[in-house]
Amino acid sequence: MSAREEVLGRVRTALRDVPGAEKPADVAVDRPQPRPTTAADVDLFAERVADYKATVVRCTPEDLPTHLAAALDGVPRLLVPADLPEALRPADAILDEQLTTAELDTVDGVLTTAALGIAETGTIVLDHGPGQGRRAATLVPDRHVCVVRADQVVADVTAAVARLDPARPLTWISGPSATSDIELDRVEGVHGPRTLIVLLVG
Amino acid sequence: MSATFLGTPAFPTAARTALADTQLRRNLAHATGTIRAKRAAVVGEVDEWERLRRAGAALKDRTLRHLDTYLAQLEESLTRAGATVHWARDAAEANRIVVDIARGHGTDEVVKVKSMATQEIGLNEALEAAGIHAWETDLAELIVQLGEDLPSHILVPAIHRNRSEVREIFLREMGRYGRPAPPDLTDTPAELAAAARAHLREKFLRAKVAVSGANFAVAETGTLAVVESEGNGRMCLTLPEVLVSVVGIEKLVPTWADLDVFLQLLPRSSTGERMNPYTSMWSGVTPADGPQEVHVVLLDNGRTDVLADEVGRQALRCIRCSACLNVCPVYERTGGHSYGSVYPGPIGAILTPMLRGVGHDTQLDSLPYASSLCGACFEVCPVRIDIPEVLVHLRTKVVDAHRGEPKVQNLAMKAASWAFADARRTAAAERISGAVGKVLRGTKRRAPGGRGVLGALPGPAAAWSDARDVPVPAAESFRAWWARTDGGRTERQDEDGGAQ
Repeated sequence: MSAREEVLGRVRTALRDVPGAEKPADVAVDRPQPRPTTAADVDLFAERVADYKATVVRCTPEDLPTHLAAALDGVPRLLVPADLPEALRPADAILDEQLTTAELDTVDGVLTTAALGIAETGTIVLDHGPGQGRRAATLVPDRHVCVVRADQVVADVTAAVARLDPARPLTWISGPSATSDIELDRVEGVHGPRTLIVLLVG
Repeated sequence: MSATFLGTPAFPTAARTALADTQLRRNLAHATGTIRAKRAAVVGEVDEWERLRRAGAALKDRTLRHLDTYLAQLEESLTRAGATVHWARDAAEANRIVVDIARGHGTDEVVKVKSMATQEIGLNEALEAAGIHAWETDLAELIVQLGEDLPSHILVPAIHRNRSEVREIFLREMGRYGRPAPPDLTDTPAELAAAARAHLREKFLRAKVAVSGANFAVAETGTLAVVESEGNGRMCLTLPEVLVSVVGIEKLVPTWADLDVFLQLLPRSSTGERMNPYTSMWSGVTPADGPQEVHVVLLDNGRTDVLADEVGRQALRCIRCSACLNVCPVYERTGGHSYGSVYPGPIGAILTPMLRGVGHDTQLDSLPYASSLCGACFEVCPVRIDIPEVLVHLRTKVVDAHRGEPKVQNLAMKAASWAFADARRTAAAERISGAVGKVLRGTKRRAPGGRGVLGALPGPAAAWSDARDVPVPAAESFRAWWARTDGGRTERQDEDGGAQ
């Protein structure tokens, strides 16, 4: 018998007490009501992202270039996804046209957009669609500058899951990389980008 | 390493050693105290926490009661998404699958994301035996691996080590396996983390094959999720060409929307954060992004035995948050090594004996007793596993498994049953017990609260009285008093008969 048949057979034997007519939906699940997103969620998002020791800069679309330049100060080699909107792209940025891992390791920072932001948890979510780059691009460089529009902020995890497409790879980012493995003392900055700057526009 | 650490003595013996280690107790009290406070604060922020955890429990029950359906569905969605699905009946089979994949790519090393399932099956040892180095990349796992130590906590496996011990391990060991620690390394956690970053960087950048577990597997979409903090998970899940994920069959959730509940429950219960720094989700292969060869090994290794136990089944709801460890008065004092298992603490005390079976191993049989049944674990469990209920259930199974064996306790129970079955025999036994009591009164001492108790009992009863207060037997039995005073009718008012 194959391992597959044997494991499934053991599962069925183990579940002999479950009535044959029972459907999964017969096991009732009562979930908390989702909370609608309000204007205050943009403030909450900014506050909670900052709680993780990320830098949050709120600005208008007009101010964005100034703040962007400040966020990219001290990044001699900047990587951007090849499909990052022209308006955001600094002139001397390196386009990520499938750089090798070793090449990725030589850039100092990366600039992307995001799929959405979650207010309650201070999370930015990348679905690695246009402007967000492939997964390695926002991981290997030591500084990640991420542009999030205020209208991309949703109230909570429930709202985020409802909006996202699981067929895409997803990266949920809540602050810079961190560890609490030594005496549960939190340290920001381990393997992922040690600096996270979120530019919240609008 | 397998689900139990070879050679660990039964819990009471192992606990005694741990209790004598004052450094360990200080490290643990500090760490569990810190994380308890963090968890309480972020759980308190959620208005409907109780409803959320009931939803988590119900979703897991739905999955477990229809696990065959969901496993078949997961296999189909994974395959559709470009992943290769393997099934493993036990640890040996799972290890063989992973070793074969690594060998097939001609590599002599793999990078690993922290995973309880791969620790349970002893994958690192199996890989080493095949000449393949397995590099643990989680900071705490790295500390444990470099120190040739055993993990002692589900979330923070090096919780028993303090910063100066970590510094010593890094200075001594890192150079043997790659980039050495800087010689002027201090013991500040930030510097220690930076040393780990530098040491592991080269391994991440060159590895061809990565091995992970998964926190969740969505049957509907074939999505796997890994929840982490440091970015080592993202490195392993993204940079290598080949990714193998070993997933216990209880990790399933039915639909994508169901994941929502668990992504709220887990970080708050586990690290005490609103959200952990990084969560990665992927469904099979994404062209031009991440590993282009993706394998998923679905692991049984005793889980179907747990599933078959109608009381114990709830333990399979566990999402490995470790909140139960952090609140447990027993864990806080004895540490994780005393449990002799990769799953320590209250959840380990029920999961390990169920995965491995009771009645054939003294160490495993001792685990359901490693608890005061205070219930704190049930109170914090994000999926409402009634751990005390399962502990009591397992104690019954342990006793049943040993019924009829010539043990002191069984002989005592048999003797008691014979004596109490007949009034004359009971009276005789009371006379004997009164006489023995008189002799042992010489050992009498005062327990806290002022109650008189006996000292250590002689002979085989010493083991029993060692950790218990034995009340001083009455000088006169009730029957003797009744006979002497005609049921109290002739008792003099000034006689102090009732105080015995």
